[in-house]
Amino acid sequence: MKHLKILGATLLSMAAFLNSSPVWSETPEEKGFAVAARSDRSDRGFGDSKAEMTMVLRNAAGQESSRTMQFTTLEMSDESVGDKSLVLFSTPRDIEGTALLSHAKILDPDDQWLYLPALKRVKRISSRNKSGPFVGSEFAFEDFTASELNKFSYKYLREEPCGDLSCDVVERFPRYENSGYTRQISWVDTTDYQIRKIEFYDRRGSLLKELIFEDYRKYADKYWRAHRLVMKNVQTNKSTDLVYGEYKFNVGLTDKDFVKGRLSRLR
Amino acid sequence: MRHLLILGVLFFCIIAGNAEQTIADDSEWDLSGNVSIKARGFSQDALWPEQNTSDAEVSVSGEWEARWRSEEGDQRASFIPFVRWDENDDERSHIDLREAYWAYEGDGVELLVGVNKVFWGVTESVHLVDIINQTDLVEDIDQEDKLGQPMVNLAVQKDWGLINLYVLPYFRERTFPGLDGRFREPLRVDWDDAEYESGAKDKHVDLALRYSHYFGDVDVGLYYFRGTSREPRLQLSADGREFKPFYDQIDQVGLDLQYTRDAWLWKLEAIVRDGSDESFAASVAGFEYTFYQVYESDADIGILMEYQYDERSSKKPLTIADNDVFMGARWSLNDIQDTAVLAGVVVDKKTSETFFNLEAERRFGDNTFLELRVRAITNAESDEPLYSFSRDDYIQLQISRYF
Repeated sequence: MKHLKILGATLLSMAAFLNSSPVWSETPEEKGFAVAARSDRSDRGFGDSKAEMTMVLRNAAGQESSRTMQFTTLEMSDESVGDKSLVLFSTPRDIEGTALLSHAKILDPDDQWLYLPALKRVKRISSRNKSGPFVGSEFAFEDFTASELNKFSYKYLREEPCGDLSCDVVERFPRYENSGYTRQISWVDTTDYQIRKIEFYDRRGSLLKELIFEDYRKYADKYWRAHRLVMKNVQTNKSTDLVYGEYKFNVGLTDKDFVKGRLSRLR
Repeated sequence: MRHLLILGVLFFCIIAGNAEQTIADDSEWDLSGNVSIKARGFSQDALWPEQNTSDAEVSVSGEWEARWRSEEGDQRASFIPFVRWDENDDERSHIDLREAYWAYEGDGVELLVGVNKVFWGVTESVHLVDIINQTDLVEDIDQEDKLGQPMVNLAVQKDWGLINLYVLPYFRERTFPGLDGRFREPLRVDWDDAEYESGAKDKHVDLALRYSHYFGDVDVGLYYFRGTSREPRLQLSADGREFKPFYDQIDQVGLDLQYTRDAWLWKLEAIVRDGSDESFAASVAGFEYTFYQVYESDADIGILMEYQYDERSSKKPLTIADNDVFMGARWSLNDIQDTAVLAGVVVDKKTSETFFNLEAERRFGDNTFLELRVRAITNAESDEPLYSFSRDDYIQLQISRYF
């Protein structure tokens, strides 16, 4: 056994010598995945979270309108299963009580139910509409649900300064169907391993949107959350800000809080 | 007196709406609601004598919502009065408690006591399996407005699905328009002096048990209902001058299914109802297919098609959904104002009786919502169910202010 290891090491160092690059260096794909995984896993174990969010929508002329909602998330400890999430709207008032329940999958379409309070109706909806706008905003449905590590394949590009920090720049490609993007480029800092910026490229390959993550705060000495996300559509000049309130972690949510039968009992 | 009460409640809705900010801030109460003004213009003179001759009508409605949740989150309550004042029809001017309940939630169990609304079903053109709440027919002929139903509801959530038990101790009679109103039968329906098969009349305790869950792409609901039928038979009164509703005792089993795959929604609702002397089955089945982001815009276009079948005999409460095809299209702009248009037509395959419906809606600013509706009935011969409404084609504009 020991001999094998020595032999292996010898062969590796020979290969390294021949390649004139260090062998422990991975392919750009492996390195890109490693950066994304380190970022994703820095968030592992948060359990469940709850936060109020204000969405500010701005058209090209700068006119604003806003919506407020509550976001709850239940983490699934198994990386091959997506998290469960629930969005409950409180404004605009005419859609108050409307709720969207999602059971994210990795590569299969997510399971989604919409609750319409006026009729008290729970409606299973198609989740094929990944690239469509989420409640009229510049965020697509997939921008909310596609944070799972294995929804993408990755390619490491370079390291470069980003603000006061240094960032790994990683290209990522959606592996799930019906994405509106051919690729995204993400900037992940090398200090806290958090995403600072994402560029989205449309189906033609041109730059469509730019998302900036601001106001990161640390919870429980471990979990980072950006409290301000600014999405700008560079083709239409429309933009959407997401402004989060204080996050609450481990509020005692379980699978039973993320079932369709609960949608009519949220208020 | 009734008018005073209605105007009083309406006034209260408006005042309470404006006072909302000051109360809601530091308590567990959430106060909201809306006030709407609705104008209808009719394209033809009314069919029946004594109907109001005006070709326009205006009505005002208000709904005030007070919701409470305990600090621990395990208890909640709701109080939602609704009121409408109509300039022409006294029966349409009415007050109802849409919700007034208290509920306690334990681990996967909830007990709710009071008045509530419950919706079951998946299809768009007819809501066949939906049975808990009585239809507030004076509100709209589409039967989507419901009266609050007193109940005790026990909900038990398990890994394998949700079980709901309903005990319904008091029956609500369906509302009908008065002599002045549009969308009425040839004679007045004396709706609040109904007759019942059960000797307990409106105190008959109805029961319902429902199971609902999903298995992958399939959502399913199955229930058993035993009690007073929500659909009345209209019987001529002894003096032959009006209709009296008669409510049968029924046993009903209902199933709703939806298969969601890609951009397809496949839907089925089916019931089997066993009444006093006859049992029958009815179903509605169809699909909805959505083209997302058409022509590289943000808009979606959905195509809907459903087939309605009902084998009930003429001894049963009349239905128009007996052998009809529904076709429709939904256009959603997915813009900031949530602009959407739904247009549909229901055609009776045998008689070609046709019901056309168009609904368009858009938000203005943050709190104002505008709805446009156009409805028309054609090919309704005098012996067919929609004949009574055949001259009630209308265009309606509603402005709602939410607070």
